[in-house]
Amino acid sequence: MAFEKVLTRNVGHPEALGVRGYRDRGGYDALARALRMAPEEVVEEVKRSGLRGRGGAGFPCGMKWSFVPRQHPKPKYIVCNADESEPGTFKDRLLMENDPHQLLEGCVIAGWAVGANTTYIYIRGEYTKAARILEEAVRDAYASGVLGENVLGTGFRHDIHVHRGAGAYICGEETGLLESLEGRLGQPRVKPPFPAVVGAFGCPTVINNVETLCCVTHILQRGADWFKGIGPDERNTGPKLYAISGHVERPGTYEYPLGITFRELLEGCGGMYKGRGLKAYIPGGASAPMLGVNDQEIPLAFDHLARAGSMLGSAAVIVMDETTCVVRATLRLSRFFAHESCGQCTPCREGTNWMAKILTRIESGKGTEADLDLLASVVPNVGGISLCALGDAAQGPVKSLLAKFGDEIRDNLRHGRYPLPRQRFFDPGAAS
Amino acid sequence: MTNHATADHSILPESVRTEIDALRPRYPTTEALLLPTLHRAQRAAGGWLSPETIVAVADFLELPPAKVAAVVSFYDMFHDHPVGRHRIRLCTNLSCQLRGAEELLEVLGEEFGVGEDEVSADGRCSYVQFECLGSCDTAPMMMVDDEYHENLTPERVRQIVRALD
Ligand SMILES: Cc1cc2nc3c(=O)[nH]c(=O)nc-3n(C[C@H](O)[C@H](O)[C@H](O)COP(=O)(O)O)c2cc1C
Ligand code: SF4
Ligand code: FES
Repeated sequence: MAFEKVLTRNVGHPEALGVRGYRDRGGYDALARALRMAPEEVVEEVKRSGLRGRGGAGFPCGMKWSFVPRQHPKPKYIVCNADESEPGTFKDRLLMENDPHQLLEGCVIAGWAVGANTTYIYIRGEYTKAARILEEAVRDAYASGVLGENVLGTGFRHDIHVHRGAGAYICGEETGLLESLEGRLGQPRVKPPFPAVVGAFGCPTVINNVETLCCVTHILQRGADWFKGIGPDERNTGPKLYAISGHVERPGTYEYPLGITFRELLEGCGGMYKGRGLKAYIPGGASAPMLGVNDQEIPLAFDHLARAGSMLGSAAVIVMDETTCVVRATLRLSRFFAHESCGQCTPCREGTNWMAKILTRIESGKGTEADLDLLASVVPNVGGISLCALGDAAQGPVKSLLAKFGDEIRDNLRHGRYPLPRQRFFDPGAAS
Repeated sequence: MTNHATADHSILPESVRTEIDALRPRYPTTEALLLPTLHRAQRAAGGWLSPETIVAVADFLELPPAKVAAVVSFYDMFHDHPVGRHRIRLCTNLSCQLRGAEELLEVLGEEFGVGEDEVSADGRCSYVQFECLGSCDTAPMMMVDDEYHENLTPERVRQIVRALD
């Protein structure tokens, strides 16, 4: 059966920005269906679909929902993680700017499933356009009886509030996000307790990524079996957005069945920029270890990439051609992690800076082979023993740099080749 | 309520106070209003948060000023020092770097004659390198105030910059 795009079905249909147009295109049917089911049945349907979180960690969505206590004296919350700050990632922006109601629908379904009357959509502060579109959609949804005291006339109450962040990658980490939502520094919390029990404002909370909640909408619309039927196996299911950028002909967000290979993805976006050769690619955002020319047949799915020593992460695919200095590329990512470490844990705070410092030395031509050894000894100590996964994430690119390109770097160092000639992207003199 | 009445309303304008008051029912705590307040206060104050504005915000939300100052310094979008009339954030993260962002940084330096995060002599602009802005498919890109400018070239950057008032 041909693959039908669902997550991006309303892209290019601006009428879907309003409740009316969205409904005309089949929207809010899934919510009506969910509200006719018992909440437990909705959780069960999502569980059965095999949906895994699209925010980075790939945690089974239905299972996460089932951790929320049914009977609880406090209010419960849905928090939509729209912080999207993982370098290379821009899929959630597309969803929010083009199809806000698809997301709102998923939020209300999640609310019904776990018994939450409020959703906070925490959106990164820089996404001013997406925030405006969401606010507009929320207003429309209230006016149309989709939100508020009496959702679709069922007596269920649900409110959605759009909350803007202010520029900090760590606020994408779910407990950093909660701290930020509550008006503090975005410093991740000690876990346990997990947010399902003690989350926003001390109450049981489900935190899901934008794309995850959009998937929920379609699972309720078309059923778990439909969702399960897409993807390579029962642990890697559903449609997936891949955000591809870097040295390719047509960067963009592409919807495919989960688990297409890198080669297929690359073909779909017109191949390498100017037909150049591939040097390396990152399959899942800055945190995902790099892969090389020999890894092009790996299905871009959770388990398959994990087995290959990398990860699907946010499915942000960054492509580097043969003219790229991989040390320089990795250095840029290390600087990012050093800048974004919240500073609570010593290994992460110190380690990210060390990695950036050593890479700077190598890249600039002042480094020696001893620096490479030093780097190798630092990397294993940056993550693992800290409060959140940022430390682990920071290891990813450097670990893969050493594993995949260690010999090449050593050879370059021996021959004093650094800094490598700076790649020029713009042709000098060419009119633009 | 405490000292709202005595607070200096020229620093935190009435319009901001009214907007924030309207948001109060959305959150179970007052503290949660801090980021929404700082966004609006910063805009009203011309792009940065002076010590006086920080105190006014703290006073309005009944929070310790030191706490507000700490939050301001934590987030990249809040500024505790003067900025230009326009604020440019050039993404230099990997996808943009791969498509020439570093060259654009040099262009900005030439155009304004100042370093990163300094205000140009005419007060018109300040620019900084920024982390990924979620627009990597249209790299290289930069944000001017609230707006994204995508698929940039050195020439485009010069045009955009020169058109700023
Ligand atoms: C440093 C760090 C940054 C993260 N940034 C994001 C982000 O921008 N967006 C997101 O959805 N998840 C992000 N995550 C993952 C979240 O912690 C969390 O797993 C996710 O929001 C859960 O939603 P999901 O199960 O639907 O994927 C980040 C995690 C870490 C450790
Ligand atoms: S691992 Fe890093 S970012 Fe995460 S809590 Fe610790 S210091 Fe902060
Ligand atoms: S790397 Fe520049 S917008 Fe993502």
